[in-house]
Amino acid sequence: MNMMNFTRIVLKNLFSKPATRNYPAQPKEFFARTRGHVEIEIQACIFCGLCSKKCPTGAITVERGEKKWSIERFGCIQCGYCVESCPKKCLCMCPPYPQPEAQKPTEAYVQPELEPIEKSEKLDRAEQ
Amino acid sequence: MSVRSVVPFGPQHPVLPEPIHLDLVLEDEKVIEAIPSIGFVHRGLEKLVEKKDFQEYVYVAERICGICSFMHGMGYCSAVENIMDITVPPRANYLRTIWCEMSRIHSHLLWLGLLADAFGFESLFMQSWRMREKILDMFEMSTGGRVIFSVNKVGGVRKDMDQEMLREFLKVFDGIEQDLKVLTKTFLEDYAVNGRLRDVGVLTRQQAHDLGAVGPFMRSSGIALDNRKLGYAAYPELDFEPITSDVGDCYARCDVRIREIFQSIDLIRQAAAKIPEGELAAAAKGFPQGEHFMRVEQPRGEAIYYVKANGTKFLDRVRVRTPTFANLPGMLETLKGCQLADVPILILTIDPCISCTER
Ligand code: SF4
Ligand code: SF4
Repeated sequence: MNMMNFTRIVLKNLFSKPATRNYPAQPKEFFARTRGHVEIEIQACIFCGLCSKKCPTGAITVERGEKKWSIERFGCIQCGYCVESCPKKCLCMCPPYPQPEAQKPTEAYVQPELEPIEKSEKLDRAEQ
Repeated sequence: MSVRSVVPFGPQHPVLPEPIHLDLVLEDEKVIEAIPSIGFVHRGLEKLVEKKDFQEYVYVAERICGICSFMHGMGYCSAVENIMDITVPPRANYLRTIWCEMSRIHSHLLWLGLLADAFGFESLFMQSWRMREKILDMFEMSTGGRVIFSVNKVGGVRKDMDQEMLREFLKVFDGIEQDLKVLTKTFLEDYAVNGRLRDVGVLTRQQAHDLGAVGPFMRSSGIALDNRKLGYAAYPELDFEPITSDVGDCYARCDVRIREIFQSIDLIRQAAAKIPEGELAAAAKGFPQGEHFMRVEQPRGEAIYYVKANGTKFLDRVRVRTPTFANLPGMLETLKGCQLADVPILILTIDPCISCTER
């Protein structure tokens, strides 16, 4: 009789959908809070350096003079401390997780200087 | 006449993913003595406290173990909060309690799966882990991480669970409870499972007491001690009693852990019904000065966090005593006189976590 108990589970599994996903044909859906990787909205950054100071692994480097923000993707442990401490709220943690790679890349983001002419062109376009 | 021989067991072993090494002294098939050696996965996490300030160390503390990561983070934070005299807001306490119990459920389900795997019941192992998967999904939904949660901070928690999320979780727990009831029958009544677990590795009440066993390993020998009764987080406001068994064999350990899963589900229900509105964290101003011992009940038993602070942002010392370390003498005692084939199961029934023991 006790044997029957597990047989019932087995039979149920035989006629139900698989418990696993058919990856990668059916990719994982991430939840809104999933801490995947850090993204920066470089336009809003003021290069205060708080994120790099708070980062427990020292994965972020901020160069104020060159207006450059860089992150070692494989040094980051996805803790979210930088996101929490940024005063301009220009960092966010978004899915998906970083992809496997052969090298350890450092990604750099430079804030583009807006030339006065470009600015006025933009204004012109906005007016049109 | 029987011949004595020594069989090395581990640190790499097909049935036991934990890196512990034992020299088993055998007389024919019977184990006479087991001599342990540990230290294969030492990572120096306690030393790191000199390099990371006390806020950053939360992230190190929760990396001590991948299964009880929430409670490691919480134990460390509570110790620092006690030193700094911070009162954690009630909502944060309740959230911590819910996450703690979720950790306990997923740890016990993991253990049940490993146990099934150790006695060769592969499909039972899959069933247990399938249930565990739902809990990991809930963790990801509420904290953003499946293994490392990063929701604790000195003073409270970082993320909230709203009513809707809690309701959804409770529904999932209802399903898990139903599924587990069905699976319990197999774990506790199946003929083959009984044959492998009954009367194997008996630890008497007196032995458990003398050898300083902790957690479910101790409770299944009849000692009703549970650190949750010490009253950290929201446990003083919840209604529960330590779960025990008087038998002390492997079957009793399995039984106690299964009943603890049901108890944890009940505790989550109680906590979800009582959770108050309010702040998530109190501000941690200044630097800690002083020392504190914090004791928490992890899925595997009592863990102790000792923190000594000197008034700067770097702490002097952090010491963690993990439950597996306390359970090793008891385990060695149960190994004496057992059959060689039972060794993996016996080691497994203390739910060893060697990487947190060695840190
Ligand atoms: S904390 Fe925010 S604003 Fe400051 S440097 Fe980092 S990303 Fe830029
Ligand atoms: S998520 Fe954590 S580890 Fe990664 S860059 Fe931010 S602070 Fe550093």
